[in-house]
Parts: sequence; C-alpha cells; structure tokens
Amino acid sequence: MALLEVKDLRTSFRTDDGVVTAVDGVSFSLEKGETLGIVGESGCGKSVTCLTIMGLNSKRNATSTGEALWKGEDLLTMKPGRLRDIRGNEIAMVFQDPMTSLNPVHSIGKQLIEAVMLHRDVSKKQARLRALELLKAVGIPRAERRIDDYPHQFSGGMRQRVMIAMSLINEPDLLIADEPTTALDVTTQAQILNLMNKLQEEFHTAIIIITHDLGVVAETADDVVVMYAAKVVEHGPVDSIFAVPRHPYTWGLLGSLPRLDADVERLVQIPGQPPSLLNPPRGCRFHPRCPYVMEACKSKEPPLDAIPSDPTHLQACLLDEDVKQREAQKLLSGTMVVS
Amino acid sequence: MWRYLIRRLLWALVLFFAVTVVTYVIFFIIPANPAALVAGKSATQEDIQRAEKWLGLDQPVYVQYAKFVHRLLPVTVADNKPAFKTPSLGTSFATRQNVNTVVMRAAPVTASLVFGGAVLWMLVALPIGILSALRPRSLLDRAGMVFVLVGISAHPVWIGLILAYVVGYKLGLAPISGYCDLINPSTSCGGPIDWAWHMMLPWMTFAFLFSAQYVRMIRAQVMETLSEDYVRTARAKGAPESRVLFSHVLRNALLIVVTMLGMDIGLALGGAIFTETVYGLPGLGKVALESIYAFDLPIVQGIVVFGTLAIITFNLFVDLFYAMIDPRIRLN
Repeated sequence: MALLEVKDLRTSFRTDDGVVTAVDGVSFSLEKGETLGIVGESGCGKSVTCLTIMGLNSKRNATSTGEALWKGEDLLTMKPGRLRDIRGNEIAMVFQDPMTSLNPVHSIGKQLIEAVMLHRDVSKKQARLRALELLKAVGIPRAERRIDDYPHQFSGGMRQRVMIAMSLINEPDLLIADEPTTALDVTTQAQILNLMNKLQEEFHTAIIIITHDLGVVAETADDVVVMYAAKVVEHGPVDSIFAVPRHPYTWGLLGSLPRLDADVERLVQIPGQPPSLLNPPRGCRFHPRCPYVMEACKSKEPPLDAIPSDPTHLQACLLDEDVKQREAQKLLSGTMVVS
Repeated sequence: MWRYLIRRLLWALVLFFAVTVVTYVIFFIIPANPAALVAGKSATQEDIQRAEKWLGLDQPVYVQYAKFVHRLLPVTVADNKPAFKTPSLGTSFATRQNVNTVVMRAAPVTASLVFGGAVLWMLVALPIGILSALRPRSLLDRAGMVFVLVGISAHPVWIGLILAYVVGYKLGLAPISGYCDLINPSTSCGGPIDWAWHMMLPWMTFAFLFSAQYVRMIRAQVMETLSEDYVRTARAKGAPESRVLFSHVLRNALLIVVTMLGMDIGLALGGAIFTETVYGLPGLGKVALESIYAFDLPIVQGIVVFGTLAIITFNLFVDLFYAMIDPRIRLN
C-alpha cells in the first residue's frame, strides 16, 4: 500500500464571482521515503492540493471530492478529531513564508513544545529536551539560549529552520514543504534544501516539495508532477521528465531556466498569463499560450496518457510523439526558437 | 524600559501644560464675567470690581495661570527652604468650595459608571464579536451587525431616556435616578447592592455605544487574525480549534482591543456627560457642565486636570500592559 495515494482530487471555492475549481482531477501516489516535486506557476493549484490533503482549506467556501488515502484511510472524509491526530504527527507541513508562519507572541520554544505535547504524552520538560534536540538538528547555533527567544529575534532563514524543526519534531512519515525556500535568499535556499535532504535521510520521511523552481526539483525529487491551471499536464520520474520532457508547458518551464552548459541567446519565456480558473479555456488549458497549438487543441481536452516507451511517464498533450521528442531535444541542446 | 518610562512622563508633563493653558485661554475668550455672576443680580459696578479683585480676576491671564500652577505644585518655598505641600486646585468662584473636595466627591461616581460600564460592554462585546468573527454571515453575525448599527447611530441621551421610561418607569425594574455610595451608607441608601441597583440603567446606557463599537472592532480583529499564516501553522500542528482560538488568535487579536479599552476608559473618566445628566448622577461630567454654566473656572479646570491625569495614567497602563503581552515591544 502506498503511503499516500491521491485519486482524482478536485477542490472548488465559492467566491463572489463564481465557483473557482483550483484543483481539477489531480492524482499521484507516494511511497515511504520518496520525494515528490509539484511544479507550476503561481495559482496553478499546487498549494491548494496540499492544503486539501491536510484539511486546511476554509470549510466555509471550499468543497473537495476524490480521495486522499493516507495508509488506506481517506483524509477527506475522516472525522476532524482523527485528522487532527494525523496533522503535525504523521503528516507535517512547512509553509512558504517563515516571517509570518510563527506566532509572534509565543517564544519558539513554546511553539515547539506545543507541537510535541499535542501528540505525545510527555512532560513539559521532556518536550523541551526534544525541542532542543531538533533545534540543534536543524543547525540553530546556541540552541539552549535561543529556545526562549521570540520569532522576531530570528532571521528568515533561521525561522525556516525553526519551522522545519517544528514539522519534524514528531518524526512524521510525510513532510509537505510548500515553497520552503521561495521567501529566502539564494545562499539560504541551498542551506535549507541541504538540510531537508539530510533530515530526510535521518528520519526516512517522505517529502512533497511544492515549488516553481525546476532546479530544486531536479536536485531533490524522485517523481515530478507538473501542474497547469488546476490540472496535471505531465507526471513521471524525475530522470525521465528531465531527459525528454513531453509537454510544451514543461518545455517552457525548462527553457526559462538560466543555463551554464549551453550557449543560449535568450531564455525562453512563456507568452501570456495563466488563465482565470473562473472560466478556463476549452480544450487544452494551455492552448492560448502554446506555440505548437493545433486546431484540435482548442476543442478536445487532451487525456493524461502514458508515453509509449514508459508507462510511469504521463503527459497530456495532443502533439505526435516524434514531434515531442524532436522539440525536447532542441530545447535541451539549447537551439529551441524563442517563441 | 526606564528611559522609555521617563520619556513618557516628560511627554505627559508637556501634554498637561498644553491642556491647562488651552482651558485658560478658552475661558478668557468667552465674553462673560464670572465676577458679575458671583456678585449677584443687583450688584453695582463697585461690587463687581470688588468681586473681581477678591477672585483674582483683575490680574492678567498669565498671572492667574501662574498662580494656578503654583497652587498645583507639590512643593513650595517656606522660610527659604523647599517644603512639601498638598497640591491644590483652588477654590470655586461660585460656592467658595475647595475644588479638590468637589472633584474627589464627583470622581467616584464617574469611576463607578465608567468601570462598571466597561465591564458590561466587554461582557457583551467579547462573545458577540468573537462568535460573529468565527461565523461570518451567520444569523448571529447579522443580528450583531444590526446591533452595531443601532448602537452607533442612537444617541446616548435618547437611549438613556428610553431605558429610563420603559425599564425604570413603565416596568419599574430599576431606579431611574440618584446615586448610592458603594462603601459608605451615608444617608438614605448605600452599600454594594444599592449602588449596583442604582447604577444598572446608567451602566446599560453608557455601555450601549461602546459595546457596539467594540463588537465591530473585536470582530474585525479576530477575523483578520484568523487569516494569519501562524494560525494555519497552529492547525497544521494538529491543535484543536479551541486551542487555536485562545492561544493563537485571541492573544494577538486583543492587543488592539486592550489599547482602545485603556484609552476609552481614560477618556470617559473625564466625565460621561450624557449618561450622568440623564440619570442625575453627581459625577464629573454633570459637575463640569454646571460649572461651565456658572463660569466657575476653578472647578472646570480641576476636572480638566483630573481628566488629563486619567488619560495619561491609563495610556501609561496600556503601554506597560502592551509591553507585557507583546514580546516585540518588550524586547526592543
């Protein structure tokens, strides 16, 4: 049994302007100790997918269908009490902005101790020792003194370390990291990613890492899900996707990365804006921005199918397989035309 | 911390002088002669002049102000040595009463009204504000918003008269005027029960506007805090909703509410004129109003001094309390 199996997940929000379907038929599964990268532009539904799994969407205006099986139990239909037992204990989450994700009026020690005591029947003293242990593990210098400090006394990178310590304190089976490095500067980003990799080896935690940075995915993930406008457009093992990406949107994402190994005149940019999810385009949702658009793309929604050579590599594009391979080669050798 | 405190106290001193100077100036711009009132209806020009001299009104404004400040200082020079004395607010023009006595007699009445009212309005506003923030657009929220609209629109005098008429006169559930001392059973009534019994309608009247304002403020603050990232973090940790609310939301949301509470109480201690007038409570507001009619500057000035001190003190309390509950202020 997979650790987490998400099947046909759909999440919609009622807004004043209408119903927005932020996640539309997302499926993936994750084994123990694996890392899954979810990539896509802002607003494509990456974060909402994970918030739905955690049951953290606002109950007032969000509805979800589908299944998110955690060790066989559906997280979406679970009793709130049972879900609370799992949250922060078996599944933990690190958020994007460390500056606002810690409560400013409680010391970090108190917030870490709270995380332990919510799930473990231990004394405050034991919880504090555990908190210290984790602060040391994530590399907070002079942890014994800093444990009683407040969030505003820490830098952004240090706060994200505290967040990671808090999420790992109960040795979860799954860590969901929602753009954990986006709010940090580049050198700190690398430190945080290294830290997460190291801790994953130590704790055998499965990780879902949400990012729009393909470089991060290439370094850390085993599997990749590429999302566009609430749908999965490409999904497969990281090696396969980076070797021969099949979807024009993935090409756009890859082409927009600066490269050292190829002489590229200009970075590829994806023209236009992501569509409004209130009223998404018919057919393939990427067709208004796709340089390879065909007549069929405008009416027929491409199914998420396996490529002929690899049943684990799924993609949703109507182009012929040989066209995809040819264009992917061009992209990777740096000769793709700027669209 | 000490430097901060000293800076605050120096500012308080500046504020104090500014407020009292303005009161003096306004009083002398008003085209009226307190001496004429004191001297009586059939007084001659000579009588009025004598009254002016007697009251010190024949001297320039700045001399009068300097005398006022001198009386108020807690130190004086006697036999070429500095000595302590009791600060004095002077003597009433109209009744020759000691202003200290007048203020000290009226202040407990206003304090009863304000503190009791504050307790009442927080008891009303906290549950309504928090619950309507947790369930926006619910029936309770909508009913709460109607209450807010009525509370903010209706004048306290009108509310007071309606309550006095319906609850006090028609239903006979509560006395409609008079004040009973909390501790000292002086004449007809006194003691905690009589005190609370007579204060019931004034408290309700006084608390009405404030509860409305506080419901709105608490609702907005709690809603804003609920959408903070750290609240989501708390939920992601697996904290139950009650813990999320009390430990993570309210502690942050009520920071502003506490500030406003301190400022409002300080302000209201200067006199809750409308409520005191409607219910005939001999508090600072009513005394101030009567003294203004009589051009009795020393009493007006005494109440202004008391009100200023109340505001300064409560703002200081708020600052200290704020530093206590918000580490960002305490540690900077």
